[in-house]
Amino acid sequence: MAQTYRLPTGGRIDRSKPIRFTFDGRTIEGFAGDTVASALLANGIHLTGRSFKYHRPRGILTHGSDEPSALLSVDRGPGRIDPNNRATVVEAREGLKAASQNRWPSLSFDVGAVNDLLSPVFVAGFYYKTFMWPRSFWDRVYEPVIRAAAGLGVAPQVPDADRYANRHAHCDVLVVGAGPAGLAAALAAAKTGKRVIVADEQPELGGSLLHETTTTIDGQSAEAWRAAAIAELDAQENVILLPRTTAFGYYNHNHIAMTERVTDHRADAPKTAPRERLWQVRAGEVVLATGAHERPLVFADNDRPGVMLAESVRVFVNRYGVLPGRKIVFATSAVSAYAAAADVKAAGVDVTLVDLRPEIECGAEVERLQALGVEVLTGHTVVGTKGRMRVEGLIVAPVTNGEIGARRVISCDCVGMSGGWTPAVHLFSQSRGKLAYDEGLDAFVPGASAQAERSAGAAKGLYDLMDCLASGFAAGAEAAGSTEVRTFSATPTPVGFKPVRALPTDANPAKVRAFVDFQNDVTAKDLKLAMREGFESIEHVKRYTTTGMATDQGKTSNMNALGIVSESLNRPLPSVGTTTFRPPYTPVTFGALVGPARDALFDPIRTTPIHDWAAEHGAKFENVALWRRAWFFPRPGEDQHAAVARECKAVRNGVGIFDASTLGKIEVVGPDAAEFMNRLYVNPWTKLGVGRCRYGLMLKEDGFILDDGVVARLADDRFHVTTTTGGAPRVLNHMEDYLQTEWPELNVFLTSTTEQWAVIAVQGPKAGETIQNLVSGIDLSNEAFPHMAVREGHICGTPCRLFRVSFTGDLGYEINVPSDYGRAVWEAVMEAGAPFGITPYGTETMHVLRAEKGYIIVGQETDGTVTPDDVGLAGMIAKAKPDFVGKRSLARPDLVASGRKQLVGLETADPGEVLDEGAQIVADPDQPIPMKMLGHVTSSYHSANCGRSIALALVEGGRALSGKTLHVTTPTGFTTVTVREPVFFDAEGGRINA
Amino acid sequence: MLEARNLARRVAPLVAEAPVVLERASVHTLPAHARFSLRARDVSGVETLDHPIGRTWLSEKRFAARLGPDEWLLGAPESDGDLLQQGIERALSSRFFSLVDISHRNVAIEISGPAAAEALNAGCPLDLSEAAFPNGSATRTLLGKAEIVLARPSAAPVYRVECWRSFATYAHGFLIEAASSASFR
Amino acid sequence: MLLIDCPFCGKRPEVEFRCGGEAHIARPANPFAVDDQAWGEHLFVRKNPRGLHAERWIHAHGCGRWFNAIRDTYTDRFVETYKAGERPSVDLSEARA
Ligand SMILES: [Zn+2]
Repeated sequence: MAQTYRLPTGGRIDRSKPIRFTFDGRTIEGFAGDTVASALLANGIHLTGRSFKYHRPRGILTHGSDEPSALLSVDRGPGRIDPNNRATVVEAREGLKAASQNRWPSLSFDVGAVNDLLSPVFVAGFYYKTFMWPRSFWDRVYEPVIRAAAGLGVAPQVPDADRYANRHAHCDVLVVGAGPAGLAAALAAAKTGKRVIVADEQPELGGSLLHETTTTIDGQSAEAWRAAAIAELDAQENVILLPRTTAFGYYNHNHIAMTERVTDHRADAPKTAPRERLWQVRAGEVVLATGAHERPLVFADNDRPGVMLAESVRVFVNRYGVLPGRKIVFATSAVSAYAAAADVKAAGVDVTLVDLRPEIECGAEVERLQALGVEVLTGHTVVGTKGRMRVEGLIVAPVTNGEIGARRVISCDCVGMSGGWTPAVHLFSQSRGKLAYDEGLDAFVPGASAQAERSAGAAKGLYDLMDCLASGFAAGAEAAGSTEVRTFSATPTPVGFKPVRALPTDANPAKVRAFVDFQNDVTAKDLKLAMREGFESIEHVKRYTTTGMATDQGKTSNMNALGIVSESLNRPLPSVGTTTFRPPYTPVTFGALVGPARDALFDPIRTTPIHDWAAEHGAKFENVALWRRAWFFPRPGEDQHAAVARECKAVRNGVGIFDASTLGKIEVVGPDAAEFMNRLYVNPWTKLGVGRCRYGLMLKEDGFILDDGVVARLADDRFHVTTTTGGAPRVLNHMEDYLQTEWPELNVFLTSTTEQWAVIAVQGPKAGETIQNLVSGIDLSNEAFPHMAVREGHICGTPCRLFRVSFTGDLGYEINVPSDYGRAVWEAVMEAGAPFGITPYGTETMHVLRAEKGYIIVGQETDGTVTPDDVGLAGMIAKAKPDFVGKRSLARPDLVASGRKQLVGLETADPGEVLDEGAQIVADPDQPIPMKMLGHVTSSYHSANCGRSIALALVEGGRALSGKTLHVTTPTGFTTVTVREPVFFDAEGGRINA
Repeated sequence: MLEARNLARRVAPLVAEAPVVLERASVHTLPAHARFSLRARDVSGVETLDHPIGRTWLSEKRFAARLGPDEWLLGAPESDGDLLQQGIERALSSRFFSLVDISHRNVAIEISGPAAAEALNAGCPLDLSEAAFPNGSATRTLLGKAEIVLARPSAAPVYRVECWRSFATYAHGFLIEAASSASFR
Repeated sequence: MLLIDCPFCGKRPEVEFRCGGEAHIARPANPFAVDDQAWGEHLFVRKNPRGLHAERWIHAHGCGRWFNAIRDTYTDRFVETYKAGERPSVDLSEARA
């Protein structure tokens, strides 16, 4: 079948570029410039899918982005399958595979269509009514059945193979929509030299001008005017024209999100080219020229394939050179359909027009159309359609004074219906502008603005072309700060319509299936039922019936739904309320929102200067904040347990080497540095000598531990502060906050040096012997360089800050060298330590070794509710200091109350049993539920050095419970533990000074 | 005595990365350099520092980018680091300031070409137009999920992106991806 | 995304900033002169107005400076921004509650 419904001439398609794609496996021929919808229609295909709930046959209703029915799955190759595309928007191109949805086994024979017969069951609110009980049926019966029976397309199964781009952009004037109003606005704004962006969702700019074949503007054809306008804009450097770009979100402070479809329409696009580009535009002023949507008429079986919007019929004929049928009936209450009928008649089609309005209300258009040879029936209603998979006839009847006369079937293969127009105020509403109801237009139009924007043209309720152009130009000029005024001459547009709600019918209203929301399968009957059940606010009716809540956001249905509710309640329409439109205006791909943020660019993966060495030496890594840290270094055949046990013993018996580069580091500089430190830490700093270190503990103002770390005094006015790995940004922010806002008088500056220094921890009894030959300018003897001292010197010829500190309880050094030298120094230390069996260890061993010593880890032993005394560190607090951050809170009643949780050690009865971290602790496992929880396990490991498991815990009044037996939850019940001091190894602490 | 073979070699991040040259935007890594963070309250009369926030003093080899009311990023070739430090110490000798070496903290990447600004705008939300970000501009901002200092040292469409070293792999990868996307019309 | 007028850098996008909650809550010069009730309120009790609100913001990914802003919590409009230590020009006591 080769485009038997294609007109021999006309349309904007490129007849020199034939294309082929498939629909449900069948080859479809079309031309470049076709949408999938226009190509299907050119081949006589109206049936495109099954409806969401009732599986009713559905076709193409519209010609644009408001399409609720013709939703297709589009396959552009592996990883490029995308469901729920509107056939009226997808550009046909060579090799595309389109498929209908929500049908099984085939589109013409769909088992699910039984839902249509069961429709009395699927009434408004059926989810709420039917599936309330029993609860257990939800998971096993209702949900699987509903999911199988209702729905749209199928989600893709493989990762998206496409790339997506992102772009922030700025302009003085953003024009959304490039129809006559938008183009006029852009012309006015561009003349001022201001930066202008024009975005339009269609492949070509021009909007309605793309299908005006007889209209003239300023004496030229609409097409000539359009082409000249675009050429003028395109020639200006200050203008960016973006076809195929949908402005879908209008956010705060004129921030507008748009998606540009870059390559979907191109069969020849390079694989590396982005499929879509997300534009985030910050506009000084916005002109909304978003046009208007036509309303369907609400009559029985108005969803039959072949029943379309009147203007859409006109668009397919004029713009695509396609006849949607050979005998077309227009049913309308709007004048605009007369223009459609005339154009279609001119294309050589048999046309009848049925007008709902009595003849007296119809204008001169009736005669004009009759003169063209079109039969016009005024004062008629539509009571139904004939046909199943395709409309075969429209059933009409005269209405006189509310009385419905004899039915008549007008045979046809296509119906164009029009219930008038609704301005597309979605973006205006998203901008938080107030909508105002215009009774003459029977529509909501933009009222008071909330942001720097203005609407123009049909979006503002101006449907005449001349008005559109003039209002567009004025809006563009005003947005650009110009006072220029321009008038246009243009062919008058037939405007005006009579709002109708559900059409009068002679049938039993309870049996009539007149669709309001085509995508969510909501009928006028459903709306009326909801009102009978007491729903009155439109927001409630929406949610109960789901009208307007599908992915089309009710573009074709909202006003009809509102009208029916208002009519049924006998209340003026505005008092029923309107819906608040929310982004996105049309569906947006996840890819566009994600942009480049996937795979390696999902999040920065921070690695240290020694990372590559660790990777080359078989390290397993763990994530700590954004850092990737060496976790342990398994040798061939070792599991984690064996590797960690070996590493732990190696440190205590010889020497280990550990990459501590991720520790946060802050250089605190200035004459008031010590005073600043005094105010921020619990510890005293004034008397800390130059060249000495101290373990510092920092609280939040609420008295709870924020962070800890070793602080070195390098000079009277310079401290080298370290923080936890995860706490580095938090601590710097905390410090800056107090410095800038509470104590701006202090002469102190803070600089993050976290990444300036690579930190190599060398720990264990052989640590000194390992590094002594590498270090120059520093006397490593115990007397000259005791525990908690710091010296500046050289290692391997590079300047270093050498700390004698230990987080293991053994002799230890932390070598700080400029990061670019980190790996070289690490390798030199490895070589120097080889005679002592130097062993690289990871974060797991670090954790075990510090737990053996009872050293806390902030964020593991603490959780934001733990005070220094809770973890046994009250001794750190400088008694003499009158104040520091958190000190006042430590005196709060709750923080000095007895019964606070305290840090203790736990020993299991079975030395091989390792408790679960986070396990709860109770005094009596036989007490009734709910039991009284005494605390929880914070750290738990197997300790090779202790030859048994060890655990730290926070336990209510724990320090008084030493030696007592408690019970800890396990996956299968409880286990017994004995409370003890939280130090498991070298309790005397002699090794650290060895 | 220190053995010569133990003398450490400087290895900067991204050294192994080859330049990525595309039609409309190219990405190059820049060699190791000297960088300092200068903090000072009073720089009145110091020619190299006393300029508005967001602007840069530039000479052939050195620059001083004012990132905030009391913060400058100072740069020089690696071999000029000591000179730069001495110069600041001399210029501000009687005043309170903090000068911290961050040569190894910062990594610099260059993106150039007619679509360089567009590529940066893949992750940088700032207006990089000629009027808003002219020659001599420098500021701390964001590139995707990484904090950067973005500088435009000349009138040419050439931008320098500096980030902390552990973000360099991400920033470099981001710029290449962005340059590739921006190069497609 | 909001557009925020940093007193040092001018208008910059919200992603460069962090909000630090209600502004003008000074840390008492001598916290121990404050009773437990008042200290608890100092720590934890904050205004939550519908309308104008004085807030602390930091231009974290910019100049790094804390400053203050008067923002309308209903419209998200920034009435003004000003440096830390300064007072706003609008009288918040007259703002709608
Ligand atoms: Zn700023």
